[in-house]
Amino acid sequence: MEKIIFYILSATILLLSLFSVTSRRLLRSAVYLFGVLSAVAGFYFLIGYHFLGAVQLTIYAGGIVVLIIFSILLTHEIDHQMEQPGLIRSLGAGALCFAGAAMMINLLANNPFQRQELAEQSDINTLGTLLLSSGDGGFLLPFELVSILLLAAMIGGIVIAKYTLGGGKEKNEKPTP
Amino acid sequence: MEGYNYTIWIVLLPFLVFLVVGTGSLRIRPIVAGWIGTGSILITLALSLMCAWNYFGAGAPEGGWQTLIPYDMVWLRFNDTLQVHMGILLDPISVMMLVVISVVSSMVHIYSLGYMKGEAGFARYYAFLSLFSFSMYGLVLATNLFQIYFFWELVGISSYLLIGFYYDRHSAVAAAKKAFIVTRFADFGFMIGILLLSWYTGTFDFATLTSPDGAAIAKAASVSFMGASVLTWALVLIFIGGAGKSAMFPLHIWLPDAMEGPTPVSALIHAATMVVAGVYLVARLFPLYIFGDATALEVVAWTGAFTSLFAAIIALTQEDIKRVLAYSTMSQIGYMMLALGVSGSGGEEGLGYTASMFHLFTHAMFKALLFLGAGAVIHAVHSNLMDGMGGLRRYLPLTHASFLVACLAIAGIPPFAGFFSKDEILAAALHKDPVLFGTALLVAGLTALYMFRLYFRIFWGENKSYAHPPHEAPATMWVPLMILAALSALVGFIPFGEYVSPDRLPHASHLDMSIAITATAVSVLGILTAMWLYRKPSGVPARISGGLGALYRAAYRKFYIDEIYMGVTKNILFKGISSPVAWFDRHVVDGAMNGIGWVTARVSKEIKGLQSGHVQQYALGFMLGVLALVFVFIFWLKQ
Amino acid sequence: MIPGVSLLEILTVSTLMFFIGVYGFVTRKNLITVLMSLELILNGAAINFAAFNKYLYPGQPDGQFFTLFLIAVAAAEVALAIAIVINLYRRILSVDVDNVNTLKH
Repeated sequence: MEKIIFYILSATILLLSLFSVTSRRLLRSAVYLFGVLSAVAGFYFLIGYHFLGAVQLTIYAGGIVVLIIFSILLTHEIDHQMEQPGLIRSLGAGALCFAGAAMMINLLANNPFQRQELAEQSDINTLGTLLLSSGDGGFLLPFELVSILLLAAMIGGIVIAKYTLGGGKEKNEKPTP
Repeated sequence: MEGYNYTIWIVLLPFLVFLVVGTGSLRIRPIVAGWIGTGSILITLALSLMCAWNYFGAGAPEGGWQTLIPYDMVWLRFNDTLQVHMGILLDPISVMMLVVISVVSSMVHIYSLGYMKGEAGFARYYAFLSLFSFSMYGLVLATNLFQIYFFWELVGISSYLLIGFYYDRHSAVAAAKKAFIVTRFADFGFMIGILLLSWYTGTFDFATLTSPDGAAIAKAASVSFMGASVLTWALVLIFIGGAGKSAMFPLHIWLPDAMEGPTPVSALIHAATMVVAGVYLVARLFPLYIFGDATALEVVAWTGAFTSLFAAIIALTQEDIKRVLAYSTMSQIGYMMLALGVSGSGGEEGLGYTASMFHLFTHAMFKALLFLGAGAVIHAVHSNLMDGMGGLRRYLPLTHASFLVACLAIAGIPPFAGFFSKDEILAAALHKDPVLFGTALLVAGLTALYMFRLYFRIFWGENKSYAHPPHEAPATMWVPLMILAALSALVGFIPFGEYVSPDRLPHASHLDMSIAITATAVSVLGILTAMWLYRKPSGVPARISGGLGALYRAAYRKFYIDEIYMGVTKNILFKGISSPVAWFDRHVVDGAMNGIGWVTARVSKEIKGLQSGHVQQYALGFMLGVLALVFVFIFWLKQ
Repeated sequence: MIPGVSLLEILTVSTLMFFIGVYGFVTRKNLITVLMSLELILNGAAINFAAFNKYLYPGQPDGQFFTLFLIAVAAAEVALAIAIVINLYRRILSVDVDNVNTLKH
């Protein structure tokens, strides 16, 4: 059962990824991306990482995709069709990516992964405790760093978005259409 | 030794003045600069006279005149054996030179106050004069070869600066460059000579080099190179340096052109002091010349004799009064060289050395007087050419009187100064070689002829009408003339043999009557000829020069020496050497450099497209690189 | 562990996803789609973290934490990138990558 679900999820991820990077319509592309991210969340649920799956769904699928869709709507006509990339360019990039993927998979297939046989600790309690502990295995420092990063990104986003052609002095300047 | 500590100020004072006036030449008022310079040089005159009085006044000590070194300090210390000293050396000839330089320099300083009045760059002029005085004092007081070379170049620089004083005049700039390059060329020989000599003797020091036992130079004398000892080579090379400075043939070409400088400068540098530096150098190293074989001294003697005759002939034909005086200077310096060349080591043999120094001394006085007088004439009529002059004795009585004294002195008429020194030279020459004596006698006659040609054409001859009536020079100009005229008339009575001789022992001077009468007769003949030709305007001179034809033209064009130099320079140096070198530089060296630049430019132009600014291309390149690295390090090298 | 599914299969899926993202990143001309390709790349990496954690080191939740932080960083990055895109659009009325080559100067 899980195996079938995994294959369905994998197929969804790969197909929708391909559609997402090849579609000529922006909005559809974003919707495909939403599908991919949701499938990844499903994968997390499948391997029992519920918290991770939830975060993936809320932040990625719920937050980021919505942001992207907003930006698409702000900058493009709905029925805008993008031009296709040139043949040489897409063929070249495809060949490169194919070669890279082949190399990586070959490498992974030949790598003997060693499993550590330990009791699994992935319930939300452990996660929460470790995330805020500074002791062994604790992640307090990166947690705080990420909070600073998010703050910086927030301020940066505001500053960049406020910046206008007139140097940001005219307050109610309308964006030039 | 104790009593001579003040001599350091003779050297330092002009240098300080040079620094002060030179740095402030644009700010201080010209007359202040002039008086600072003149005042300081008068102080050095007093100090020099005091030094001479102290040195000579007490009489010769037992065993001859001493060499005193009041100051000696290590200037450059390369290692324990190679050290360069700077110091002050007092012996008869350096003290004598001190007197010459300080007297002439003082007169020129005072004279310039009037002559250069109102010129642009008056303060600069005095700064350069002070620099020259400093260098010249340093040169004559040098204790070693390196120091003399150092100051030798400094006087060359001062000369260059003063010849080119009117730097907005093209001919002055060319003359300054010519003087500098020709003397530099000669100094190259001087430098090689110094290096040779010091390499084989291990010292620069005059006292060691010229010590009577000759121990220091025995080694140099024993090594042979191309048929002559190294010592002879070194001495000839050093003499080339001296010949360049003293305008000996064939390095004389710069001196006539150097007359482009202000006339007082010509009097000081190009007549009385700097140009006799070559004579002084040979005299300073005279024990070496005696010690070595006769070749070097013969070179000196014959160069001097030839130059004196050669220059005297040219002087007969020149029209520019300063050029006549320049050639006359060359001729007289040739005389001094001749006297040095025929001299022996001491006693009666050493008469030539004494005579040479004596003639240097007297010549400085009357030649400075001649130049300053010529300056007064030029000042009055605003022209250098004799054609525009005549009958000036009525307008310039004081100048006329002093000029006449100087002409009589240089012609060797008793009792003026030149008579005594010239007589000694002739006696020394006769002692050595009749041919040299004959040459010297002929030159004496020619000297009288061209000097009185000059004199009669300026002050007698045809009465010209002048646009501005000429007027007598101001007191600052005629007072030095009078002083120098008195000196020219009187210094001949100094018993020079008492003071200066190659073996440092006093010798009584005595006149050789037969020679004196012969020489005087020749001079008087020259004067009478000049009087007959030029006293009244007549067509005789033109007919004579016409009759001589090619010879006259050759002499008038200075025997085409300048043209020969230019031909050699242009055809051989420029075309044969410089042009190929320039071609090589332009095409091969520059070509290689330009080629590198061109290749770089082309390659960057070709790969400029890679720097497109397109992020995706960068990302593509990045991916390619990563994959290539993965392939190389994980798949390929692992096998 | 998913019964019947090996680690290699999961890694293969994530690798393919990663390179599909690279393909999109290189070929797409629109800045927003480039951004979306970037999300695919990041998700490919995130799956790897989770899979390694689950299959190889189940004793500690480090992989999950990395995925979490990765999502946080991605969120911040997207927020900034969108701000830049919109600002750019206001300036040059285009979000085409080819028009944004000021790096050249």
